[in-house]
Amino acid sequence: MAKTTLDLKGLSCPMPIMKLAAAVKKGASGDVFEAVSDDAGFEPDIIAWAKETGHPMSGITKSGKDITVTITKK
Amino acid sequence: MTTDAVQEKIKDLEERLTKVEGKRDNLTMVLFSGDFDKAMAALIIANGALSMGKEVTIFVTFWGLDVIKKPTMTGAGKNFLEQMVTMMRPKGTANLPTSKMNFAGIGPKLFHYMMGKKNIVSLQTLLDTAVEFGIKIIACQMSMDVMGIKKEDLIDGIEFGGVAAFLGSSYNSGTSLFI
Repeated sequence: MAKTTLDLKGLSCPMPIMKLAAAVKKGASGDVFEAVSDDAGFEPDIIAWAKETGHPMSGITKSGKDITVTITKK
Repeated sequence: MTTDAVQEKIKDLEERLTKVEGKRDNLTMVLFSGDFDKAMAALIIANGALSMGKEVTIFVTFWGLDVIKKPTMTGAGKNFLEQMVTMMRPKGTANLPTSKMNFAGIGPKLFHYMMGKKNIVSLQTLLDTAVEFGIKIIACQMSMDVMGIKKEDLIDGIEFGGVAAFLGSSYNSGTSLFI
C-alpha cells in the first residue's frame, strides 16, 4: 500500500480537489494519500468530496493556513 | 401475499432503487452564456463534479458557443450575415466579455490579472481538462446553423446534437443547471 504526499499549496478552487481526485483515481485500493492545501475552502470541499466518493478520510489537521488531510482509497 | 410474492416485490423494488440511485449521479448543464464569468462558473462546477466521480454533459448553445470556438475561426465560405456574426463575436476563451463590469473589454483584462495573481486556474485550462478527462460537450447544431458556425470552427473532442441529445442525458441526471 503506497503512500503519496500531495502538495496542493498555492492552488485555488477547484484545483486542489481536482488534483487529489486525479491522484486517488490512479491509485489502488488501500493506498494512502496525504494532501496539504492552503486554500480556505479546502476543508468543507474535502469533507463533501470524501462523503460523496466514499473514500475514507482519517483526519484533518490545521497549522496556520495549511490544512492537511489523509484519504485512504476505498 | 405469499413468501414468493414478497420476495418478487423486494427484488422489483431493489432494481428500481438501483436505477434511481444511478440517475442522481450525473450532472447536466446548458451553457447558454458566452460571458467569461458565467463560463468560468460552469466549467468549475463541471470539473468539480468530474472529480467527485460523476458523469458530466454540457450542452453548449447560442452565445455559449463563443467559449468553445477555435481562436483561428474565420468567416471563409460563409454568407454575408454569417461573416458579420463571425466578425462581431469573440472566438475562444481569451476574448470573452464579463457579464458585469465589462467596460468595453477592460473589465475582463482586469479580472484575468486579478485571478492570475490569486493563482486561479484559467478558463482555457478548465476547458482543456474537461475535454481531456471525458466531460461530454455537445454543441447545439441548430445554433451553429443559425450563426454559420461549422464543426471545424469549434474545438476538437466534442459532439454535436440537438435538444433530444441534451434531454437524453438530462433525464439520467440528478442535477441540471442552466448557465
